[in-house]
Amino acid sequence: MIEIRSVRKTFGPLEVLKGISLDVNKGELLCLIGASGSGKSTLLQCINGLEPIQGGEIIVDGVSVHDPKTNINTLRRKLGIVFQQYNAFPHLTALENVALAPRVVAKRSRSDARALAQKHLDHVGLGAKAGSLPSKLSGGQQQRLAIARALAMEPTYMLFDEVTSALDPELVGEVLETMRLLKAEGMTMVVVTHDISFARESADRVAFLHQGEVCEIGTAAEVIDRPQQPQTQKFLRRERQASLDMLERTVA
Amino acid sequence: MQFQFAQQGLTWHDTYFLAEGLLNTLELAASATVVGTIGGVVLGWVRTVSVTARVATTPIVDILRSVPMIIQLILANSFLSLAGFSTSPFIFGTVALGAWMAAVTAEVVRAGLLSVPPQYGKSARSLGMNRRQELVYISLPLAFRTALAPWINLVLSLIKDSALAGVIGYVDYMRATQTLITRTHETWVLLLGAGFLYFIICYPVSKYSRRLERKIAV
Repeated sequence: MIEIRSVRKTFGPLEVLKGISLDVNKGELLCLIGASGSGKSTLLQCINGLEPIQGGEIIVDGVSVHDPKTNINTLRRKLGIVFQQYNAFPHLTALENVALAPRVVAKRSRSDARALAQKHLDHVGLGAKAGSLPSKLSGGQQQRLAIARALAMEPTYMLFDEVTSALDPELVGEVLETMRLLKAEGMTMVVVTHDISFARESADRVAFLHQGEVCEIGTAAEVIDRPQQPQTQKFLRRERQASLDMLERTVA
Repeated sequence: MQFQFAQQGLTWHDTYFLAEGLLNTLELAASATVVGTIGGVVLGWVRTVSVTARVATTPIVDILRSVPMIIQLILANSFLSLAGFSTSPFIFGTVALGAWMAAVTAEVVRAGLLSVPPQYGKSARSLGMNRRQELVYISLPLAFRTALAPWINLVLSLIKDSALAGVIGYVDYMRATQTLITRTHETWVLLLGAGFLYFIICYPVSKYSRRLERKIAV
C-alpha cells in the first residue's frame, strides 16, 4: 500500500503540491488526471523519491520514502516507473536494457538476467526484437521496452507518467494494450494520463488534481461521468472538446 | 698522419640507434596516454559533478592547456632539478606529457558527460541503480561515444608532442634524428624519415578510431 500524507512540494517560490493525501491500495489501478501543471507528474516522481518533498510523508509498504535512513535504491526496486520520453538506454540492445538492472542491482547471474529479460520482452510482445538497439524501434515499441525493463525488477507497484503523450496516435493503442494486460494480471498501478477514455474503462479509482490539491476522488464512474466539483466539470468539458478537435483534424 | 673528422655518412649501424629512439617514442607516448587518460577521466568527472572542484582545478587546467609544451617541459625540468628531484627522463616525460593529457582529456570527458541527456540517468536511478552504477553502465559509455573523436585528436597531439621530450634529455625518435643530423648533415633524408615515421604511428590510430566509432554507433 502506498500512503501519501499531506505532501508539500515546492520549486523555489512555486508550490506545486499543497498538502496532498491519498492512498493507493494493493491491486488497484489509480488514474491521476488534471490539467498541465496540476502536479500529477511531480507527485508520481515524489513517490519513488526522484523528487524530494518539503513536507508530509510518503509511505510505501510501511517504509517512508523520503526518510534519510531509508535505502532508496532498495525501495525503488518495488516501484517501477515509466516516463513520458522514451528513455531506453540507447547503447544497449532491447535485451541488455531489460537485463542490466536485474544483473547489477538485483545481483542475478548474467544468464539468469538474460532469461528473465527475454521473458519480460516476450510478455510485452517484443520477444523478436531482443537484439535490436532502441534506435531501430518505434516509439510504441520503445515504451513497451521501458515497461518490460521496469517489470524485470519485479516491482510491487508500477507508476506510469503520461506514457502515451509523446507517441504518434497510431502507436498509443499497443502501449495501452500492454497496460491493460498488467492490470488484468493484478498489478497495482498509478497512471498519470490525459487519456480520459483509458481512465474511464480501466481505472478502479480516478483522482482529479487541481492546482496541487486533490479536488475530487472516486470511482471512474463517479469522477468522470458524474463529476461534483465545478473544476472537474470544466476540465472534462475541455478535454472532450480537445479530443473532438483532434478527431476532426485526423479525419480532415 | 692524416687527420680525419669524426663526421661520417649514415651507416646501417645508425638504424639501431633510430629504432631505439622509435621504441622510446612509443613507450613515452603510450605511458603518457594511459596516465593522462585515467587522470583526465577522474578529473573530468569531478569537474562535472562538483562546482567547488571545478573552480579549484580551473587554474591548473588553464595553464596546462595554454602554455606551449616545450616551455612547460623546460621550466618544470629546471624547477624540479633546483628543488633536488632527480628522476629518469622517461618518468619525467610521462609526468609532464601526462599532466597535459589529463588537463585536456578532462574537458573532453566533461563535455561527453554533459552531452548525456539527464533522462537516462533518471531512468537508471529509478531502476534502483546507485550513482556509481549509473556512471559505469550508462553515463560513461554514452559519454565515451561523444568523446571518442576529440580524445583521439588529443592522443595524436600527444604522440607528436612527445617529440619535444628531447629537451629534457629523453632520446626519443626526434632526438635520435637530431643527433644523426648533427653528425652526418643528412638533414633531408633524416627529417623526411622522421615525418614519415610519425605518420606511420598516427595513421593507424585515427584509422582504428573511425572503425571503432562505426562499431559503437547508437
